[in-house]
Formats: sequence, C-alpha cells, structure tokens
Amino acid sequence: MAENIIELVNISKTYDSTEVLKNINLYIRKNEFLTLLGPSGCGKTTTLRIIAGFEHPTSGSVLFEGKNVNSLPPYKRKVNTVFQKYALFSHMNVEENIAFGLKIKKLDKKTIKEKVRNVLKLVNLEGYEKRSIDSLSGGQQQRIAIARALVNEPDVLLLDEPLGALDLKLRQDMQVELKRMQKQLGITFIYVTHDQEEALTMSDTIVVMKDGMIQQIGTPEDIYNEPKNAFVADFIGESNIISGIMKKDCLVEFNNAIFKCVDKGFGINQPVDVVIRPEDIEITDKDSGIISGIVESVTFKGVHYEMIIKTDSFSWIVHSTTMHPPKSLVGIKIAPYNIHIMKKVVE
Amino acid sequence: MKKRWISYPYLLWMIIFIIVPLILVLCFSIFISTDNGLQFSLNNYKRFMEPLYLKVLWRSVVLAGISTIICLILGYPVAMILASKQMSKKSFLLFLCILPMWMNFLLRTYAWMTLLEKNGFINKILSFFGIGPFQLLYNNAAVILGMVYNFIPFMILPIYSVMKKIDPSVIEAAEDLGANQITVFKKIIFPLSLPGVFSGISMVFMPAVTTFVIPRLLGGGQFMLIGNLIERQFLLSGDWNFGSAVSIVMMIIILISMAIISKYDKEHEGGQLW
Repeated sequence: MAENIIELVNISKTYDSTEVLKNINLYIRKNEFLTLLGPSGCGKTTTLRIIAGFEHPTSGSVLFEGKNVNSLPPYKRKVNTVFQKYALFSHMNVEENIAFGLKIKKLDKKTIKEKVRNVLKLVNLEGYEKRSIDSLSGGQQQRIAIARALVNEPDVLLLDEPLGALDLKLRQDMQVELKRMQKQLGITFIYVTHDQEEALTMSDTIVVMKDGMIQQIGTPEDIYNEPKNAFVADFIGESNIISGIMKKDCLVEFNNAIFKCVDKGFGINQPVDVVIRPEDIEITDKDSGIISGIVESVTFKGVHYEMIIKTDSFSWIVHSTTMHPPKSLVGIKIAPYNIHIMKKVVE
Repeated sequence: MKKRWISYPYLLWMIIFIIVPLILVLCFSIFISTDNGLQFSLNNYKRFMEPLYLKVLWRSVVLAGISTIICLILGYPVAMILASKQMSKKSFLLFLCILPMWMNFLLRTYAWMTLLEKNGFINKILSFFGIGPFQLLYNNAAVILGMVYNFIPFMILPIYSVMKKIDPSVIEAAEDLGANQITVFKKIIFPLSLPGVFSGISMVFMPAVTTFVIPRLLGGGQFMLIGNLIERQFLLSGDWNFGSAVSIVMMIIILISMAIISKYDKEHEGGQLW
C-alpha cells in the first residue's frame, strides 16, 4: 500500500465572506495521477493553489509526508506547478527558462546543461535550447512549461488545466504523453481540469468537486459506472436524469412506466433520481419497447448517432449506431442493470 | 485600407505644423543671407563647436542625466508599489502622482522659487531652528530639483503601465521554482519592467535636456543650458540662423540617444517613442 504524500485536513477557504472551499478532506498517494474535476468555480484551482502554497487555507491544514506545511512559502515546498497559461519567462530563452530553478539551487553549469538536455528529450523538444519563447507554438510552450517544472525533480507536480489552450488533437496527444511521463518518472501528478474526458483518460483517481465540496472520489470506472449522485452522473458524460418513484426493491416507476432495476434498500414510494446513460438505452420497434416515443432530432457524432426521443413526459438522449429517421415512432427498452437509482439531492 | 482618406486631415495637420517648420529650421541653419541673397553655409554649425557652446551642451546633458537618474531611483519604487496587487488605494495614489500635472508648469516652478528664496518658506523654518539662511536658489541643485519635480510623472507612468501588465502567474512560477522575493525581483520583475524604464528615461531626459524655463527661473539665468541658448538666439540676439543650427544639433543628439535606447530595447515592446 503506497503511503500518502499529501493530506488535506478540514481545509476551508473564504474570500471576502464567500466560502470557496468547504471542509475538504483528501489524501493523495505517492505516484498516483489524481485529477480534481469540476465545473469552473467549484474550488479545484483554489485547492491546487493551497497545495502549491500560493493561497493559505482559512482553516484546516496541509500535510506533506505527515508534516504540516501551512506556513511554508511556495519556494520552500517540494512541489512544482505547470500553470494554465504556461507563465513562461518571455525575456529568457528555452534553456534559461528550464534552468531557472536549477540555477537557484546553485548546481554547476555542466550538470544544468545535462539536465536541461535530458528533460527536453523527455518532452520531445531536443535541440530547442536557444529558441526564444515567442517563436514556439502553443503546444511547444506547454511542453517547455512542463519541462521547466519537471527538471527540478519535484515529489509532486501540480498541473492547472495545462491543456486548456490547445486544440483537440494536440490535447489528446499531450494527454497520452503526460501519462507516459508520469509513469516513467514515478512522480505524483495532481491535475486540475473541467474536461471529464481528459480526467477519465489520464487519472488513477478522480475527485469530483462542486461548490467547494467533494462530491465523489474514485477510479475513473467507479465514477463513470457508479456515480454517487445526479450531479456526478451528469458531469461525467451525458446522462438522462429523470425523477422517479421507488415502488419496492428492484422496481421503479418513471416516465409513466414501471421498470425492473437492481437497486434495493429504498423506502416504498420514495422519490428518487433515475440516471441512465444515453448509450444504455435500446431502441426497438414501436410495440416491443417498455415506453414509446417520437424521434425528434438526429445528430451524427462520428461513432454514433445522437437522437432525442420525446415520450409523453420526457425527452431522452439516446446514442446508437443505427439511425432512426426523425418523426418515426420507436420503442425504448432499458436493461435493469443500466438503471442507476440515486437518492434525490435536496437543494 | 479602404478609409485612407480619414487620415488626410491629420496628414495635412502634420505637414503644416511639423514638417514645414522643421524644414524652415533646417533652412535657417544652413543658409545665411548676404548681399547677394541666400548662401549656403555651415558657419553656424562651426560656431557651435566652440568650447563655450560645447560646455553649455555638456552641462545640459549632465544636469538632465542626473535628473533622469534621480527620477528613476525615486519613481521606480513608486511605480512598483502602484502596480502591486495588494494596494487597495492605488487609484488614489496614482491620482496624487498625476495631480501636479494639472497645474500650470510655470506656476509650479514659480512655487518652488518662493519656497527656496532667501526669505522663502524653507529658510524661514530653518532660521526658526537657528540655522541658515542658505542660498538654495540659483544653483545646479535647484535646477535638478525643478526638473525632477516636473518630470517625475513621466517616469512613473510608463513603468507603472508596463509593470501592471506583468502576468502575476509568471511571478508565482518563479516562486514555485524556488526563487525568493529578491531573486524574483532581480530575475523576473526588473527585466520585464525594462521597456517601461527605457521609455521613462526617454520621456524624462528629452524635456529635461531642452528645458529653458527651469534653468532660467531656478538657475537664475546666470548659467546657460542648451534650451536657454536657443531661446536667447531667437528672442534676444535675433540670430535665428544660429538658434536653428543649435536646435538641429539638439534634435540629432536626441534621435541618436533614442536609437541607442531602442536598440537595447529591441526585443521588448514598450511605450516606445521611437
């Protein structure tokens, strides 16, 4: 069992009477790729900045290998950060940028040169030492920012939406590459993003946040397949969320029909949220489904078609590889294990 | 550019009020009127090479240089404080920096005269403590004081506007990489503020080197700076030709110094005048 490298204990943060973080408790294991995921304003970046030392928690403590580092300034922490807008030093060339941290540590010139060369190799930018920052593309600047942080061999690398400014293809390449670097170097990565796909692709652990509170912590599979509440379900991938009533164990009513499910332990006639992934809905001909509806719109998404199917009380989002033309009458079937029942969130 | 005609009025304005006068000044400096009409001559420039006038030039450059350095030393920290994000009252402070510029330049300089006079405010206070009176007016120090006082906003503002644009995450990145406050300043903030420093220097040095009001009022006119020399040629001696020649020399010197500054400043884009 790997030990915890960072622990956040009862962290709260208030800016001018707005509570940004509410009692965050989180531990981060050595060598894991942990992602803080949530919509903008959920407090994920603030959490990262507290770990880096740029912000101080209003209450609670940050432990680094068991030791409280609350009062330690950023330049004394064994973490390095890759910033959202890279924050490269535009008045220095690539080599000077990367060597910045090493020069402060007063390493000798030969070692610095060697390390810079190695880290440039790691980010696939060999021979870029003398280039100026302005002459690099966004993707290259981004790699330099990562190299600048990694060259210091931090125990933990913090990444604040580092791929946000890149186009889709580049972003996907970088996702794979970041994961490779993390495995190769054995460094703990704490990654902040609002992109659920990015989080699912790279993470060992995902922390879903909303309104300064942690909603769920788990592996990508857990979070996707067993979302704890309707918010997580909706945020991680598309979902149909519909109000329903638990008739008894393994039987739920929604959309004016009774469905078999696998959930137990709810009260009889208890109102619940029912979550169904769009790809889990089966389209049948109009008489053999449990409910029926009219196809309202069809959008081609590449691998699948996205269809909106309107029934008497709900519009379902359905993903399917077979297309059903608009205005056609179809039936809908859902397998019991694909119906996720959640307690209603009291707002 | 489709709407090029929009620029025509400005072009006309510039031709009438900048290009034509400049050509006139140039003509005055290289032609002298003789009995046979106008004649080309560089005598006016030769005359300027006399030690008497070179000394005036030298003194102007030195005084303006000292004033510029003092402006930089005083103004840089002010600009830095103004640009720091912790300052909550900064718009008020900025306002205070600009406020004196709302008053007439002459008025401000006269105000210093009454303060520095033999029976002025400062000597009165000093004599209250049994010291003085001192001769505070009509010396180099008074002229430098006047220059610094009048031109320091031109140092503060460009530095401030460049510093304000420095991305705070760049500073955080430096701290993150292990730099303490002093290293952050030396390696990051100062180099990034240089464009502002350069344009501040040129915006202070240029008016300081050519001013004639300040040396006349606070320097008492008993020693001459280049601005006074030019003024005197036009208003007292009536030697427009020599005055024009001195003006042209001055202009060339300023152009050269601007070129040097912008060469050092090549890779940065600041509020450059060149």
